Amino acid sequence: MRSARSRRGLTGIAALAVSAIALTGCASEETGGTQTASGTSPGEGRAECSQLTQFGDLTGTEVRVFTSIVQPESDAQQASYELFTECTGAEVAYEGSQEFETQLSVRVRGGNAPDIAYVPQPGLVNTMVATGQTVPAPQPVSDNVDEFFPEIWREYGTVDGTFYAAPLGANVKSFVWYSPSFFEENGYEIPETWDEMTALSEEIAQSGTKPWCAGIESGTATGWTVTDWLEDAILRDQGADFYDQWVNHEVPFDDQAVADSLDRVGGILKNGDFVNGGFGDVRSIASTSFQDAGYPILSDNCAMMRQASFYAAQWASAPSAEGGNAPVVAEDGDVFAFYLPVTQDNGERPVLGGGEFVLAFDDRPEVQAFQTYLSSDIWANEKAEATPDGGWVSANTGLDINLLNSPIDVLSAETLQDPNAVFRFDGSDQMPSAVGAGSFWTQMTDWITGKSTGDALTQIEESWPTS
Amino acid sequence: MSTPEKFLQMGIAIALFIALMSAILLLSSRFKNRSGERLQAAAFLLPAVLLVAFGLLYPALKTIYQSLFDSFGTNFVGTENYQTIITNPDLLVVLRNTLFWVLLTPLLATFIGLIYAVLVDGSRFEKQAKALVFLPMAISLVGATIIWKFVYAYRDNDVTLADGSNPAQIGLLNAMLDGVGLPTFQFLTSPPWNTFFLIVILIWIQAGFAMVILSASIKAIPEDIIEAARLDGVSGVKMFRHITVPSIRPALIVVLTTISIATLKVFDIVQTVGGQFDTSVLAYEFYRQFFVANNQGLATALATVIFVLVIPIIFYNVRQFRRLEAR
Repeated sequence: MRSARSRRGLTGIAALAVSAIALTGCASEETGGTQTASGTSPGEGRAECSQLTQFGDLTGTEVRVFTSIVQPESDAQQASYELFTECTGAEVAYEGSQEFETQLSVRVRGGNAPDIAYVPQPGLVNTMVATGQTVPAPQPVSDNVDEFFPEIWREYGTVDGTFYAAPLGANVKSFVWYSPSFFEENGYEIPETWDEMTALSEEIAQSGTKPWCAGIESGTATGWTVTDWLEDAILRDQGADFYDQWVNHEVPFDDQAVADSLDRVGGILKNGDFVNGGFGDVRSIASTSFQDAGYPILSDNCAMMRQASFYAAQWASAPSAEGGNAPVVAEDGDVFAFYLPVTQDNGERPVLGGGEFVLAFDDRPEVQAFQTYLSSDIWANEKAEATPDGGWVSANTGLDINLLNSPIDVLSAETLQDPNAVFRFDGSDQMPSAVGAGSFWTQMTDWITGKSTGDALTQIEESWPTS
Repeated sequence: MSTPEKFLQMGIAIALFIALMSAILLLSSRFKNRSGERLQAAAFLLPAVLLVAFGLLYPALKTIYQSLFDSFGTNFVGTENYQTIITNPDLLVVLRNTLFWVLLTPLLATFIGLIYAVLVDGSRFEKQAKALVFLPMAISLVGATIIWKFVYAYRDNDVTLADGSNPAQIGLLNAMLDGVGLPTFQFLTSPPWNTFFLIVILIWIQAGFAMVILSASIKAIPEDIIEAARLDGVSGVKMFRHITVPSIRPALIVVLTTISIATLKVFDIVQTVGGQFDTSVLAYEFYRQFFVANNQGLATALATVIFVLVIPIIFYNVRQFRRLEAR
């Protein structure tokens, strides 16, 4: 705060003069200017530092990073910054917090913002930009994002035509977990279309096993799992354009198309013959925690569970994993995932996912250098090598898939980099929090326990904040 | 501003306050006549009045003011937020649940505490018996709720797993139901009963508090009153009704009102079980509306409703104390 504001005061007149000159150049400035320091960069002459040497000698400076990524994942994050320090001389002060979302807004309001925050929701990026404390991304970051990321990722980091936040990591939500051995023993094929998946579910149900298991209990966030189901179904049924309109409330939340997709989901989740393997009836979905939901797959009590790539980390805590025999997550292992099938054959492969965005609150050279580093293919590959146990992937197309260390990460990266992939960010993370972290969750929970499709969607529509 | 700077600022503010107060008191001590005494009294009262005004009165009035505006506090909407509270079906459930909480918790907790205090009074194991009931008081509400979540945990005993067994019952109550051959029950996700199962948690905690206070006041009943009653042939239930209860009336009122106010603010229990399945109460709904839904108008209206509901309890309390002092 002090640095930002006082410097703004000092350089105000200079900036006015400069911008008057700059404005003659272009009408709409989409990115921030690049700040550099004097001196020769320590990384001069090293190929992997080529993007960072332009920022000069940053020895002795520090970049303060605030994030929701905590132990154990934070170790790999910090290890991947070593190359940055070698190249520029700047140190990274890393701080992770479980209470990231609330803490960030408290700090920003209190004039104590970090230099960089890894924001896991596009909605929160917008909220933060609205505070006026953020700075646009510099040109090198913008160039990197153009080069390495699908166009849609740039849009998620853009507010009112100005590009602020480059993507960092990503996860894929459109996955169905299954047991390869169970499929093999019974001769089941991985379904390619939704209809095949329904047929397979019926076949498994007739054999006496419940085909699906699900759990949506997650404390005060109970219900988010169903929102992912619905978003995936809308993407597949109505396409990405409709999905964007629905997320931005350009079509009503309770549009007939949305109701149709929710009924499609209900065909699985509210079908007593299909759920809830190993736990009970449909209502037991509401009281089963999302962490426990997949474990019956290991004991052949259910065949499939739709859940994001990050569920890979849960298998190690399965009840059967005691005594050091954790389930192997691989195509020929105990559990693996397949892509949630499409509902129509138009050549597109919709991918629902999430990720973090790198948002800066200061434009000192070392901060801009760090943003540039994080948006490069160099960092993505450094991070892949720094994560020996897997559990990390990025939408960065410069990421070398051969460097990833776990089969599920490889599958996620292949899904994201597929030329036919149409990526869309988790919808509830983009909606106003009154819906995205409120009524959408609670109404979907009520929908599981018996509320009708029409009533649930209508109540979400009514709760959408006006103005 | 960094943390040390903030502390420095706070230190300066406190020092200034002390200096100002000392100056006022010094000045007022110069006056020795009648009006000087008034001035002195006013000077002594000033800090308390100021703190109450800035710490309580101003926020309370501002909250009421904000409850007449929309969710961002920009447009005046009159009583619209209050209309929402009494018409929206979800919020009506919240009001209904709060009513259950406020009616049941104080009455049952006080009743159980009182009966327990009378029963163990003078018995051989009085100390140990009291300690057992008082123990839950030492547990935080969040901790207590987590304990009870395990008590209520649900596994369907209708399910036959692949290896032919039933799921292991990890919930104490459902294990009992399963043991006697009854179907297991979803204690926490079956409205409206789940609210009552949550109320049990608060009663479990507050009964100990009621028991300790009431036990102390039972012991303080003058021996001669009890002696006189005995000579008149009063004993057992009659003694309890006509001697014990009237004698400890002030303590009963204190316990009832204290638990009532604590119950109106109940938040931790509901938050810990997730606040869904129609279990929400006013304080939790206020938190959700303010910090999650960013609906300032509705949140402040809910806070005002809690405030209005507390007023009669406080009023009654104050009146009772006035009566007692007048005796």
